[in-house]
Amino acid sequence: MTALLLRDLKLSVRAGGGALIGVLFFITVVAVIPFGVGPDLNLLSRIGPAIVWIGALLSSLLGLDRMFQTDREDGSLDLLLMQEHPLVLTVLVKCLAHWIGNGLPLVIASPLLGLFMNMNEVAIGATMLTLLVGTPALTFIGAVGAAVAVALPRGGLLVSILVLPLAVPVLIFGVGASYAAVEDPAPFMPPFLILVAITMFFAVLGPLGAALALRNAND
Amino acid sequence: MSESLAITKFSDLANPTRFLALAARILPWMAAVTAILFAVGLYMSFSTEGDYQQGQTVKIMYIHVPAAWLSMMCYTVMALSAIGTLVWRHPLADVSHKAAAPLGAAFTLIALATGSLWGKPMWGTWWVWDARLTSVFILFLMYLGLIALNRAMDDPSRAARVSAILILVGFVNIPIMKFSVDWWNTLHQPASVIRMGGSTIDAEFLWPLLVMALAFTLLFFTLHVMAMRNEIWRRRVTAQRRMAARLAGRDNVR
Repeated sequence: MTALLLRDLKLSVRAGGGALIGVLFFITVVAVIPFGVGPDLNLLSRIGPAIVWIGALLSSLLGLDRMFQTDREDGSLDLLLMQEHPLVLTVLVKCLAHWIGNGLPLVIASPLLGLFMNMNEVAIGATMLTLLVGTPALTFIGAVGAAVAVALPRGGLLVSILVLPLAVPVLIFGVGASYAAVEDPAPFMPPFLILVAITMFFAVLGPLGAALALRNAND
Repeated sequence: MSESLAITKFSDLANPTRFLALAARILPWMAAVTAILFAVGLYMSFSTEGDYQQGQTVKIMYIHVPAAWLSMMCYTVMALSAIGTLVWRHPLADVSHKAAAPLGAAFTLIALATGSLWGKPMWGTWWVWDARLTSVFILFLMYLGLIALNRAMDDPSRAARVSAILILVGFVNIPIMKFSVDWWNTLHQPASVIRMGGSTIDAEFLWPLLVMALAFTLLFFTLHVMAMRNEIWRRRVTAQRRMAARLAGRDNVR
């Protein structure tokens, strides 16, 4: 399992892996927003957490179709399916590797974008914390979509369409917690804890569904 | 004993020919009852008084509320069929959830459109991003995504299994949708017909609403059985076309 984790990490970081392209896309999306809404710093600081979250959501969708597709192309997916480890665990490890490769850089890049958006320190910290907790849920949900679309010839676009509606609760509570940290009357903990709960829930459901889909899609 | 009898009956239906025979027998009756219920329900809804605040626009409710209920019930039917596909490999279950997706999308669209028409005079706007509206819109998108997924694969049984998984994962959203108006206190009114401690809606409006809801439910099941029958026929036609093509190819070789 550790070997699998390291292998997937190396594949995602080295040339052609596309992990850093996700961060680049994230920065680009956020940088494009001020062109659209105008350089009003007060407005930007108010909608900042939402923009950073939406950017992270979109860029975490970007790398999803590669999650199982590359393994299928070089045949290692069949080996993963045949080994005696439970497939759910294998998928969980692959999700973790995918998150470390694609999700964690987004979390690390978010404070910089928070500065661009003229957010204050509390807001930046809250956004980073909610992203840290929330992006694994996006990966787990996306794993189901990626596994479903693994046999499709042009699955990339379909994965995004299928996964986005399921990711809406994550977005709601992530942004809600970020705003609650800044605005005084709303408490920070309830939405944050719900976000944690969603992540843990999908940590169970996502690999289960993805493993089931991989078994069914690959006969 | 009765349970095993039910199971035998249910697995008898795995033979599509038996299902087609049953469908041919009950479809006219279902269609007739649906038509009668619609006639009664529409008459009752048009003959009731308008609400003292909302006037005649309250009659949109008799279409809007049943369609919204149906949009969620259809997803539940799809989820049950998805379990049938994955657990029992029941061949009809594949057909069932494939046939239900466009119906669900249609009912959701009706609920959204009538809700929008009702919202304009009452709330002064076509659309608000309130919890219930947003979640129903997301449900609509999910239906469309499932239809797209079913169309993207050419092998029907694999498409059915893969979309069954996605249906079950997406089923998480249904309780969120049902209770969204209770959890987030927004513009859309909370549930008032089915709730603990009795209905808060006046009997004047309740009866037509219930008749219309029954009519819509029967309409859904009639259309669903018809769509399943069409799907079975479509698969048979495809299979026969394939066979004909194979035979034609063999003739050419000779």
